[in-house]
Amino acid sequence: MTVDSSRPNRQNGASAIRIVDLCRHYQMGEALIRAVDGVSLEVQPGEFVALLGSSGSGKSSLLNLIAGLDRPTSGAVIVEDHDLSKLSREELAKHRLRTVGMVFQSFNLVSRMTLAENVDLPLRFAEMDRGQRQTLTRQALERVGLGSRMTHRPSELSGGEQQRAALARALINQPKLLLADEPTGNLDSRTGTEIMDFIREFNQSLGMTIVMVTHERALAERYAQRMIFLADGKLVDDRANDEKQHRE
Amino acid sequence: MKTYDLSELALRNLRESSLRNSLTTIGISVGVASLVAMLSLGIGLQKLATRHLAKSGLFDTVVVTSRRDPRGFSRDDEQRSTASAAESRTLDEPARQEIERLPDVLEAYPDIRFITELNYQDKPHLTMVSGIPDSARSNDAFTGIPGSFFSSETAPEVILQKSFALELLGKTPPPGQEDDIPVNELAKPLLGRELTMRYAQRVSAPSTTGDPAVAKSSASSAPTQPSSDEGYSVISREQKLKVVGISDLDPDSMRGAARARVFLPLRLAQDLRVMQPSDVRDSMRGFSKQPSYSTISVRVKNPKQVEAVEQAIKKLGFNTFSILDATRSLRQFFAVLDLFLGIFGSLALTVASIGIVNTLVMAILERRREIGIMKAIGASDSDVKKLFFAEAGAMGLLGGVVGVALGWAIGHIINLGTNIYLKRQALPPETFWSVPWWLVGAAIVFAFIVSLVSGLYPAARAARLDPVQALRYE
Repeated sequence: MTVDSSRPNRQNGASAIRIVDLCRHYQMGEALIRAVDGVSLEVQPGEFVALLGSSGSGKSSLLNLIAGLDRPTSGAVIVEDHDLSKLSREELAKHRLRTVGMVFQSFNLVSRMTLAENVDLPLRFAEMDRGQRQTLTRQALERVGLGSRMTHRPSELSGGEQQRAALARALINQPKLLLADEPTGNLDSRTGTEIMDFIREFNQSLGMTIVMVTHERALAERYAQRMIFLADGKLVDDRANDEKQHRE
Repeated sequence: MKTYDLSELALRNLRESSLRNSLTTIGISVGVASLVAMLSLGIGLQKLATRHLAKSGLFDTVVVTSRRDPRGFSRDDEQRSTASAAESRTLDEPARQEIERLPDVLEAYPDIRFITELNYQDKPHLTMVSGIPDSARSNDAFTGIPGSFFSSETAPEVILQKSFALELLGKTPPPGQEDDIPVNELAKPLLGRELTMRYAQRVSAPSTTGDPAVAKSSASSAPTQPSSDEGYSVISREQKLKVVGISDLDPDSMRGAARARVFLPLRLAQDLRVMQPSDVRDSMRGFSKQPSYSTISVRVKNPKQVEAVEQAIKKLGFNTFSILDATRSLRQFFAVLDLFLGIFGSLALTVASIGIVNTLVMAILERRREIGIMKAIGASDSDVKKLFFAEAGAMGLLGGVVGVALGWAIGHIINLGTNIYLKRQALPPETFWSVPWWLVGAAIVFAFIVSLVSGLYPAARAARLDPVQALRYE
């Protein structure tokens, strides 16, 4: 495992994410797939980290483990002082609801619901009152410039608009961690830039920790403070984004 | 997730696949309808049977016989009567008064019935005559009849049963068609007319061994004391009676007055001292010179107290029988009938519940990705489970409500059809079907519970879905 010594300076206090010797192996017939294989790393609060690597390198598997959508075969994922491997299914659901916001490449909006209903959904799971939910939903959609499209269904919107709605949904519960899995993968470069600008804004203005999976190095270099490279489930490089620092 | 959010999401999901969910709900409705129709038929038939029994006004009546009476009402009574015949009591006037003084007893009156000859326009007609107590004036059989009830307890008046009125008028309709002739038509020529009743009167005879005064004294001081010396004469008498009313009471429907076609005021019947079949039996046994009664009818304040009064009378040394004894076995029969009807009715609901399972399993397959999304953004296993439960419950509830309405309509149609048939057969209309409120509530609750049970497997399956796999699903 290669670890670059030029990583950004660690802040004092607890890490936002601490991963220790994490493994996630799948049995596919006779073959054992090592999707994540002995990864250890730490992410500080407010950091913007890009996970890079080719297809099948284990980026999304690692992101799913941080999100609490999947359980490790071995090792530990500690997010906000909670070891996810030790949480029950109900506790993991709470973790996804309160601590994590997720954005996917394919937007993952419920096609049968309007934008407002999609954005409102996590608040329903959080058992928030209807009136409060409506206010927060409107604010979230206005923040991403979709205040006038609240009653539209996802199929009536462009890809960029759908991803903005997905961002609004990810932010609605004010999570500390935003996990983005190829958020621009299905978008053209102009729309992709628009989405990335939103993510950077959340990172800077809300102090939200961002972990973004991407295979576009240019995008990572432009927005992330730190780049972590994975190959065959292993962490092969972890370094600060000098170019971004230089640009800034 | 809050209940109203859950309901809202469930209803929204049901609306999205409206055709499939409607078909499933119709399946539940048909199941509930068959259950309701079957049970309402069972309940209706039970009510019909009870109503016919209740019409006799004797649900609050206990019939008392002496233990010497060999016609016991049950095997137990027969055995007891054999065992205790020697020391058992006579059912006579003092016994009647003692029974009447028991708590919760309204009245106790002897059943006086005898077969005799009535002459109308010089033609003799043999029939059964029965004494009717004054309290029977409020009985169904005598309210609203053409004419009136007896003017007093001793008035020389009669009320005729419809078939006897027909006989007096020489009208003999074919069997089963008596109902075609209105009672009012019979009343016109008969009301106010006079009949002559010929009967055998029992007259106490003086003692054969001594002074009549001594015999009288011994009878009054010890009326139940066996005295083979006492005797009585039977004298043929005539009594003029005025027809005051005509009743279309079914002659077999009223205990005590069963098969009687002519009714007299009870007190008059007692005063006439008509020879009773029990007199011959008692005189052969030489029990008493006092007339004894074959049966006494005891009216109780409330049907609920019938059992307690029966026990009290048994303690006095008599046998008892009440219609409640008969209805107990009737209730048992209908409970079994209802059970079988319920089982057959439930079969359709069972098939419908399989439809719910199928619909929800299909919904899981279709909404696999949606379930994955919900889990990714924070839905717990129990949220997903509750959502599928709510969808199953909503289908069950709606199916239950529609099913009850459908079952009610089916029952109504069956009743209507049967009554049309009955009318063609010249029989009076009847209500065979009844949907009580408890059945409405129970059917809806049952459909709801069956639907929830049907939702158990799909809900558990949806809750167990792996979100990572579900999100990959296209």
